[in-house]
Amino acid sequence: MLDVNGLQKIYGGGEREVEAVRDLTFRLEEGELSCLVGPSGCGKTTLLKCVAGLLRPTAGSVSLAGHAISGPPRDMAVVFQEYGRSLFSWLTVRGNVELPLKEKKLGKGRRDSLVNEALQAVGLADSAESYPWQLSGGMQQRVAIARAIAYEPRVLLMDEPFAAVDAQTRADLEDLIRGLWKRFAMTVLFITHDIDEAVYLGQRVLVLSSSPTVVQDDIAVDLPDERDQLSTRSDQRFTALRSLVYTEIQNAKNGPAAPSPAAP
Amino acid sequence: MTMANTVARAARRGGVRVAEILLLPVVLIALWWGYSVVSASYYTATPGEIATTFGEVWFSERFMVDVVPSVGLLLAGFALAAVLGTTLGVVLGLSPNTRATVEPVLEFFRAIPPPVLVPLLMLLIGVNTPMKVAVIVSGCVWPVLLNTIEGVRGVDPVLADTCRCYGVRGRRWLTTLVLRSASPQIMAGLRQALAIAIILMVISEMFATTSGLGFSIVQFQRSFAIPEMWSGIVLLGLLGVTLSIMFAWVERRVLRWYHGVRAAARDE
Repeated sequence: MLDVNGLQKIYGGGEREVEAVRDLTFRLEEGELSCLVGPSGCGKTTLLKCVAGLLRPTAGSVSLAGHAISGPPRDMAVVFQEYGRSLFSWLTVRGNVELPLKEKKLGKGRRDSLVNEALQAVGLADSAESYPWQLSGGMQQRVAIARAIAYEPRVLLMDEPFAAVDAQTRADLEDLIRGLWKRFAMTVLFITHDIDEAVYLGQRVLVLSSSPTVVQDDIAVDLPDERDQLSTRSDQRFTALRSLVYTEIQNAKNGPAAPSPAAP
Repeated sequence: MTMANTVARAARRGGVRVAEILLLPVVLIALWWGYSVVSASYYTATPGEIATTFGEVWFSERFMVDVVPSVGLLLAGFALAAVLGTTLGVVLGLSPNTRATVEPVLEFFRAIPPPVLVPLLMLLIGVNTPMKVAVIVSGCVWPVLLNTIEGVRGVDPVLADTCRCYGVRGRRWLTTLVLRSASPQIMAGLRQALAIAIILMVISEMFATTSGLGFSIVQFQRSFAIPEMWSGIVLLGLLGVTLSIMFAWVERRVLRWYHGVRAAARDE
């Protein structure tokens, strides 16, 4: 479905060039929810921008359903970390969600039903006519999520979307994402620096090394499909997976591609 | 609380506000009155004289001959400068290469005080309305242009990436992303331009013309029609205040979101 092959990104040139990403290869299957974790400054955002078609990689390729990505693909939506800065302050919540659909040349009726369904799904049906700055941080991020869903993407990219909201809101939003992923059958790539979040959300956790970045490990999350903030997080298997990812990230910090320990 | 109570309270608040606004003007007029009576100078007309003359001079055919064309001139020059400044500002703001080439030349032209262009434009265009509009535009275009460039350069990169991801491009990209993002700066530029437009309107009418507000005031001064001259100055002041109130009204509507964002940021 989504193939990242030998991806490399070098910024600048000459003496001051910085290799942010060295050699990344992984594949996401259709309908998969994968989380990407790595130590801070490991080039997560660079990777996301290359996958989203916002940055041209120095070497390697990204392809979506067999087609190489050279610019932002039509069936991909992105939710950024900086929710406040990715919403149009001069448009209402409805206007923000509807804007990409207008560009898709959808008719008024179709647009309305997509917008209403998306706002309903994120629990913002009553705030459609408000402006983003009238809402709390968590609600603003819900608007960005609604906009992504209404776009009907096959792939949803999320770049540390909950890094800037409080813990309670974060837990709610995590469950929201699990719910939306099941309901709308999307392939989701969720980038985070939070190990617990990665294990709680994903079917699979990709651990990145520190910069210059490679894939350190690829861990399958064999937790039950129905997850719950209380019981899942106190599950022994959850704790074990969390320790495993944590160890991998410590290894990643100490040096790229260190040998991985045996799975517990 | 009864309805009458609320109304009374609102009226009292409104009354206080009116008193606040009027207090200083009343004091100043009183001082002026005292001074003009005591000094008995030929050149200082009393406020009473000015008020009487004001009605006689401006509520006559002069209103159509001198005031309306001048205001039309001002608005035409301002509108043209607004369109020109915004368009050029968007082009330069979006293209760093063009900006690097054009900016030194712009700095040079901006440094020329527009009034010195009047004799030149008289030679090039002639003594006519287009010349006067050109003078106003030559001064007004700069604040609009420079503020628009800043505003366009300041478009949030995250918002720009959002537009790219969702395929927002072309006209919708220009109007919804670029112009709206830059609108606070564009409005600031327009506000400065409006003040400059009034000054240049008067100046453009002081040279070799036979009608208009600027011409009338100079004419009154030369013929020692002192109260008339004062009344012209008062009229210019009132015109300036009226235009700036109208501008503030438009700005409040256009930038409602901007004030909302700032208020929300203050509350956090």
